[in-house]
Amino acid sequence: MTFEKFIFYVLAAVLIISATMVITRKNPVHAALSLILAFVASSGIWLLAEAEFLAIVLVLVYVGAVMVLFLFVLMMLDIDVATLRAGFIKMLPLGILMAIAMAAELILVVGPENFGLDKFAAPARHAADYSNTEELGGVLYTVYMYPFEIAAVILLVAIIAAIGLTMRRRPDSKYLDPANQVVVKRKDRVRMVSMDAEKG
Amino acid sequence: MIELSDYLILGAILFAISVAGIFINRKNVIILLMCVELMLLAVNMNFVAFSHFLGDTVGQVFVFFILTVAAAEAAIGLAILVVLFRSKRSINVEDMDALRG
Repeated sequence: MTFEKFIFYVLAAVLIISATMVITRKNPVHAALSLILAFVASSGIWLLAEAEFLAIVLVLVYVGAVMVLFLFVLMMLDIDVATLRAGFIKMLPLGILMAIAMAAELILVVGPENFGLDKFAAPARHAADYSNTEELGGVLYTVYMYPFEIAAVILLVAIIAAIGLTMRRRPDSKYLDPANQVVVKRKDRVRMVSMDAEKG
Repeated sequence: MIELSDYLILGAILFAISVAGIFINRKNVIILLMCVELMLLAVNMNFVAFSHFLGDTVGQVFVFFILTVAAAEAAIGLAILVVLFRSKRSINVEDMDALRG
């Protein structure tokens, strides 16, 4: 077993264990943290497959943005875990059975006899000065220019949709409009009263 | 050397785990969203492996777009979840019966 394969198996074990923890942990915060571990482990596996740019993007975008969003939402919500876990034990045998059947079927299809090294030889390693980012950028900004722009528009739509969904008007809140405060004039607030002095 | 089937089997196991997660956590919407993210990760694993073994960058470009769409999906899904929690005070799937489905 080469060192490369050893690294692959270690990362794969971490990935599978953390993925199992995502679906079995009682506390959703623990599940989210396990999902972060799963993303980091798979980012390491993508590094082994020479997809360096995507490995870094996975850590930056998923661990840095999406999972932090998940954790924010988890901590904002007041979740009653007990009622949500009610059917867990009942569905567990069916879930395990489904997973084993599905994994067995998929492994029969994608196993070593169909996708082994004799069918797909391992590609030669790139030179040390090879840049995966440069190659990906060269394709992304030329051939896939329009899909790239559409992806940007999709992200914009997601931003607007997320803001539009969660923003709400609260008429009962004691909100002060700074613009109105700034334009106020002296005569709006001060009333001059002339009156005789009181005689004691 | 790592075989192509190693990556594919890993992706298949990951996908099966996330399907099982959807089965056993079917009341908790936020865990369901996490399972969908895991599924997308399993699919991306296959794309990256094939891109590596066939020497074609297009697989990685596809993963890039999947990541974009998944990020948008997570943002909108969590926004819907927050709105839902505000009106129902719960994220239980069984409480979402307003459409009588």
